[in-house]
Amino acid sequence: MSKEILKLSCRDLQAKIAKGEVKSGDAVSAVFGRIEKYDGQIGAFLSAFKQDALKRAEEIDEKIAKGQSVGALAGVPIAVKDNMCTTFGATSCASKILENFHSPYNATVIEKLLAADAVIIGKTNLDEFAMGSSTENSGLKKTVNPWDKDRVPGGSSGGSAAAVAAQMCFASLGSDTGGSIRQPASFCGVAGLKPTYGRVSRYGLVAYGSSLDQIGPLTKDTADCALLLNVIAGHDEKDSTSVDEKTAPLCDFLSGVGKEVKNLKIAVVPQLFDGADSEIVAGVKSAIEIYKKLGAEIVEIEMPHFEYAIAAYYLIATAEASSNLARYDGVHYGHRTKNAGDYIEVYAKSRAEVLGTEVKRRIMLGTYVLSSGYYDAYYLKALKVRNLIRSDFTAAFGKADCIMMPTSPTTAFKIGEKTADPLQMYLSDVYTIAVNLAGVPAISIPCGFDNKNLPIGLQIISPAFGEEKLLRIAGMFESQTDFHKKKPEL
Amino acid sequence: MGQKKIDIKQVRQVAKLSRLDLSEAEISQFTGQLGAILEYVEKLNQLDTSKVEPLAHCLPINNCLRKDEVKQSLGTEKTLANAPDKDEQFFIVPKILEEPGGF
Repeated sequence: MSKEILKLSCRDLQAKIAKGEVKSGDAVSAVFGRIEKYDGQIGAFLSAFKQDALKRAEEIDEKIAKGQSVGALAGVPIAVKDNMCTTFGATSCASKILENFHSPYNATVIEKLLAADAVIIGKTNLDEFAMGSSTENSGLKKTVNPWDKDRVPGGSSGGSAAAVAAQMCFASLGSDTGGSIRQPASFCGVAGLKPTYGRVSRYGLVAYGSSLDQIGPLTKDTADCALLLNVIAGHDEKDSTSVDEKTAPLCDFLSGVGKEVKNLKIAVVPQLFDGADSEIVAGVKSAIEIYKKLGAEIVEIEMPHFEYAIAAYYLIATAEASSNLARYDGVHYGHRTKNAGDYIEVYAKSRAEVLGTEVKRRIMLGTYVLSSGYYDAYYLKALKVRNLIRSDFTAAFGKADCIMMPTSPTTAFKIGEKTADPLQMYLSDVYTIAVNLAGVPAISIPCGFDNKNLPIGLQIISPAFGEEKLLRIAGMFESQTDFHKKKPEL
Repeated sequence: MGQKKIDIKQVRQVAKLSRLDLSEAEISQFTGQLGAILEYVEKLNQLDTSKVEPLAHCLPINNCLRKDEVKQSLGTEKTLANAPDKDEQFFIVPKILEEPGGF
């Protein structure tokens, strides 16, 4: 029976639980069966809350038995990336500096999941402070790709993507600053949505690049992304960058999925295909052919500033990171050195003793580009280029409903393949980063497999606050294909 | 930006500004790596941005003001709960002022 349960989507599981046909307790037991059997190899979870989850599932099952109404995720086992604050368990950001940090409050998305009666089963691994593209920068654990255990799951939400792919949860939350939801979703063969900047509250999301960070779902399919977005979207007075509902009205993102977008116009940027592996190009092109057969019109466009996105991003994101991570001072929370003479050494040694190399590197780069004499040449220049990149998107959306391109130039790469050269690792984000700089939403969905049986991701990008249409467009592809139904053999 | 690549002296200064007590091995590693990254970002100078406004964020909103109302805060106990060194009311740090009675 647990095999049958594990196959269900979030919405089907919720429906069956709400009708009393399936017990939430059985769904929770089923995912813990998987975790206990496979997470020793996969390493997706930093913490898991079996007893608490079973207790909560029982409470939800009781509510249903009594005929009380339940939420949109009633009884559904969900995992969250360990950079979202929870009052239960630690919130480590996969960093030794926060290994034993226990948040005094819940992130707004956690409160929203709980209000929807979800069961939060555990917290997933990531690159330390979400800085990375492979989850190899985790200070606490190694996560591997369920499709090939010698390969990375992508990053930084690698644990969240691997947990969904390995059916160790029904859905998860990740965060995306430069591709950290979409690229691991692509590498692990699941759906991953980065909503518009401002769509979802970041209150309680440990900050990395504050003008870029956004929380979103990783799920088995597009409709589940819509269901989770329904739960987590909306204005929050605790996050002044979450957009009010007059500016960005909310709607039921789920009800449209399954309905075609008529007269769909898809923009493609031929020059961008040059940078991807041939099998990726073939996979994405055949996906676009499927849209053509459904009646879509393809518009070829240029995005002349797209190629500058990585350079602009690594100046802006590191500048913001250097400021955000100044809070780890060995005073308020987190690790404190035992070797300090004066208070300056408390800061400098506490940080240096436990922060990982990539985090140090980004703090250093960000501090440098913000420092006197370099600010205009680097940081300000990057902000101006950011404006040019956004104008490329504005122009594109004047001609088409969405843009399609690969999510990543390669499928999942080997563990250790790119760790020696940070710049090579940065370049693997070539297709995802511009989206964060422009603040627009994008989804990655599975669109094929390469000759090593590794998943290929199709990225679909839409105008700001256009998630409803974006999800419908993604749903059109899934209705014609079954790539999203393929599961790795563990 | 010109030909300026970062040298080891500058990396030491940045480490000081970053409050990171790096080892000599790290300083030397970062000098090379930051140099390579800074060389890569030089490509931004191919673009004429003299007439472009900087874009700090993409939101269609500016100031967000809330009502000036008193709300429940965390309280001392929860605020201090994760502190590495504390007493009942305060975070404890090494002495900051050189002279006793410096207030």
